[in-house]
Amino acid sequence: MFPTPIAKASPPVQWLYAIALPLALFLWLLPLLGVALTSVRPASDLAQGNYFGMPSTFAWGNYLDIFFNTPMAKYMRNSFYVTLPTVAGTLALSCMAGFALAVYKFRSNIFLFFMFVAGNFVPFQILMVPVRELTVQTGLYNTYSGLILFHIAFQTGFCTLFMRNFIKALPYELIESARVEGVSELRIFWHIVLPLMRPAIAALAVLVFTFIWNEYFWATVLTQGADVQPVTAGLFSLNGQWIAQWQLVSAGSIVAAMPPVLMFFLMQKHFIAGLTLGATKG
Amino acid sequence: MAVESMPTNGMRVPNGGSWWKRNQRALAPWIFLAPGVLMFLLYVISPILQSIWLSFYDWDGLGEKTWLGLANYHELFDDREFYTSLRNNVIWLVLFMLAVPIGLFIAIFLNQTVTGMRVYKSLFFFPFVISQVVVGLIFSWFYAPNFGLLYKLIEWLTGSGIAFLADPDKVTYALVAAGLWPQIAYCMILYLTGLNNVSPDQIEAARLDGARGWKMLWYVILPQLRPATFIAVVVTVIGALRSFDIVSIMTDGGPFGSSRVLSFYMYEQALSEYGYRMGYGAAIAVILFAIMMVFITGFIWKMIRDERSGG
Amino acid sequence: MKFTMKSALAGVAIAALMTGSAMAEKRVLKYNADFDPAPLAAFEALIADFEAANPDVDVQLNNFDHEGYKTAIRNFLTADSPDLANWYAGNRMAPFVKAGQFLDVTDVWEANNLNDELASSVGSMTIDGKKWGVPYTYYQWGIYYNKDVYKAAGVSEPKNWDEFIANCAKFKAAGVDCLTTGTKALWPGAGIFDYMNLRTNGYEFHMDLTAGKVAWTDDRVKKTFAEWAKLVTPGYVTANHAAIDWQDAAALLVQGKAANYVMGNFAVAVFKEGGMTNDTLGFLVFPEVTAGVPRAEEAPTDTIHIPAGAKNVEDAKKFLAFVASADVQTKLNAALGQLPTNSKSTAADDPFIQAGFQTVSTAQGVAQFFDRDAPAEMAKIGMEGFQEFMVRPENVDAILDRLEKARQRIYK
Repeated sequence: MFPTPIAKASPPVQWLYAIALPLALFLWLLPLLGVALTSVRPASDLAQGNYFGMPSTFAWGNYLDIFFNTPMAKYMRNSFYVTLPTVAGTLALSCMAGFALAVYKFRSNIFLFFMFVAGNFVPFQILMVPVRELTVQTGLYNTYSGLILFHIAFQTGFCTLFMRNFIKALPYELIESARVEGVSELRIFWHIVLPLMRPAIAALAVLVFTFIWNEYFWATVLTQGADVQPVTAGLFSLNGQWIAQWQLVSAGSIVAAMPPVLMFFLMQKHFIAGLTLGATKG
Repeated sequence: MAVESMPTNGMRVPNGGSWWKRNQRALAPWIFLAPGVLMFLLYVISPILQSIWLSFYDWDGLGEKTWLGLANYHELFDDREFYTSLRNNVIWLVLFMLAVPIGLFIAIFLNQTVTGMRVYKSLFFFPFVISQVVVGLIFSWFYAPNFGLLYKLIEWLTGSGIAFLADPDKVTYALVAAGLWPQIAYCMILYLTGLNNVSPDQIEAARLDGARGWKMLWYVILPQLRPATFIAVVVTVIGALRSFDIVSIMTDGGPFGSSRVLSFYMYEQALSEYGYRMGYGAAIAVILFAIMMVFITGFIWKMIRDERSGG
Repeated sequence: MKFTMKSALAGVAIAALMTGSAMAEKRVLKYNADFDPAPLAAFEALIADFEAANPDVDVQLNNFDHEGYKTAIRNFLTADSPDLANWYAGNRMAPFVKAGQFLDVTDVWEANNLNDELASSVGSMTIDGKKWGVPYTYYQWGIYYNKDVYKAAGVSEPKNWDEFIANCAKFKAAGVDCLTTGTKALWPGAGIFDYMNLRTNGYEFHMDLTAGKVAWTDDRVKKTFAEWAKLVTPGYVTANHAAIDWQDAAALLVQGKAANYVMGNFAVAVFKEGGMTNDTLGFLVFPEVTAGVPRAEEAPTDTIHIPAGAKNVEDAKKFLAFVASADVQTKLNAALGQLPTNSKSTAADDPFIQAGFQTVSTAQGVAQFFDRDAPAEMAKIGMEGFQEFMVRPENVDAILDRLEKARQRIYK
């Protein structure tokens, strides 16, 4: 059922497709559109039962409201403080580990590789109690570092898999010839392999940013309160205070979703490259 | 998915130099691996073992731990809530798989070259970029009794609205639907990338042989999309078993526990307001882990096979 | 690894420096609380008064959302302790007391004559002969009703349960929910159960049941549920209550879509915000079910405690004494719209507060609330059972069997 290119189809089919496409998109994004509209609805509209019509006025004030009357700005800041160091740390560790697993032959290579892969699939709940205890005991509970360290460790699994496969696809002769010339292993990593890994690094940076920004479970387990909690957990907590104030819930949701959405639209190529790794080769 | 390949021999150690120079080829991998492996051991491997150990104890997180042996597991197998959660996990797992064919369908639908198609593809993919917390809030509003968009729509069509989240028999399906939204987008993008790489020659050849419609899809397209399908299945299984966020945001497990899944029940027992049965929670987590291990082993077995055959 | 550990250490060092410099000027008193917006304003005023009286203390209020706080407290008590924390009296504080997470504040009670002034709270604040915190407010529960809806349906205030149910039939005919509630957060349903059981079987029985001394399969419990079924089975309770919050249900009462609401007095602020006034909002004592059972009421007490890990105990004790004092409680509770726990305070001149004071002070006994009288685990399982009953009343036997099984496990 591979579709014939639409340009070759008969005019009615072309015509039908031209209608079906925007209609499908509209239905697909309907919940989101509803929320976007609600976010600029004045509270009085909701009270009077105007849930779906055009807002009587565009209440941009809802957005000001969440920034000035709630800790939303703090939550957003916290999310950046958690996400950015996690991205940097994960990339550093996984570049090195991926390099080691791709370039060297040693007995436990395949075992370590699959340890990282398997770790990725583990349900968070089996880590929850011990990781929380560890974090509490090291005094890192409710700190950025506590959350960052865990995220780095966990994300390293997925990223190492990605990096290792990427490096394996690089021409091995580059490394061989450098060795013949007596270049040290550390320099090979730094000067030869790392520069070639830029596309992989870009793809993973975007991906990890999105994953960590959107992460909710660990944010509730390892942090609390507006001083440290990232925006996902913050939004949940604000939702508890905004009961029946859907215009604020909607505005808050949209603000919280903004950074990864911008990231996606700006870096789309890298994002999809990262996500679809392995989807084409067999 | 493996990308090959490395030669297996011919790694002559260069002569001379210091001890480091002579041994660096053997030591370097361990230096590169050390930080990642240590972190992984500390935060992933060792907690798994600790949780298994903890599942034999009674512990409220504050006082002393008491050895219980298998008592937590005995209780679990006699716990109605556990079976509710398990059943819901199965519902999630089975229905979540719909994301794969639906994603494929949308990908095929969008696999055209029309002006603006790039934008369409991005917008269809959009739900995946949003946090599950936001997805949960969006759908809470969508389902809300008396004024939710879907409730109103059904009311308009049939005369009376349906409050999905208040009905113990419908609530899990409503949650799965919310979870499917971003998951379909994910599968769609995997297939779109896969379709980009389908060889046009083979399509043409098949077309000349008279392959059409479903036959074309089944015998010509799908075999070429196999890597995409594998990844789509893997991420969907993981997504289904991790369905914590949506449950926590939208229903908190309710009404009266009808929408719990194992991951949420575990959290509830171990850390929630009325919980703090760490040992019991750990036992639930061990069961969830065991279920996941079945899938993990399957995936890894396939990956090792691919790796061996050299991709 | 190196990078992150370093930044972690740097973070800790900076934090230490910052608190250090702040301490040099003012002593910090960290206070974790769970106020909704209206009480938050009242407490901000109280804190300002306290800081005016103690200019060398800086109270840092860290406010959580109400539901989230209940889980957060477990975390911060063990991991990141403030100097003061909100919580509840009775069995609800027992786990923290037993685990040594709250500080013994008996000395504050003795130094400030609180055993006398807070006499009515002595019982609910004492465990093992010691006091573990200070109560600052309590509030009555009861039935709030929409007078306009009563008038429109031609219905008068019920004298007993039969009349209440008879009224329900009339409301139903008029297309109005006789009783509204929102049980998404579970506890509103427990308020209804508590009153059904208190009115059917009396205070002593209710206390025995929550203390685990009576089987849930006891005939008297079944009687309670049979009476309750008269309300649930004919569909007199708001449909979909399991998916809405109590504030959503409050809106139904305000809009005249529901006639009655079993709630605590804190809800009055929400009703009035929605446009109700003393002329349209009425308060009813929950009607008698079994004739002759002495009337007991539900009146939960909210409290403040000093965590065992508090760093500034001295000022925290000062704060407790301040909150417990008569004048402060008068002013605070006037703003909260609730009842002061100090007997020397005066309750505000508001019809609902006065009615509550009247009702509670003449009651035979006062229950805290189901989730404060029963241990946490039992509370959770019980409240889920109550919610299930209000959705599926035909499941009553299965529900009670389940609660009984839980009772045998939890109360050892």
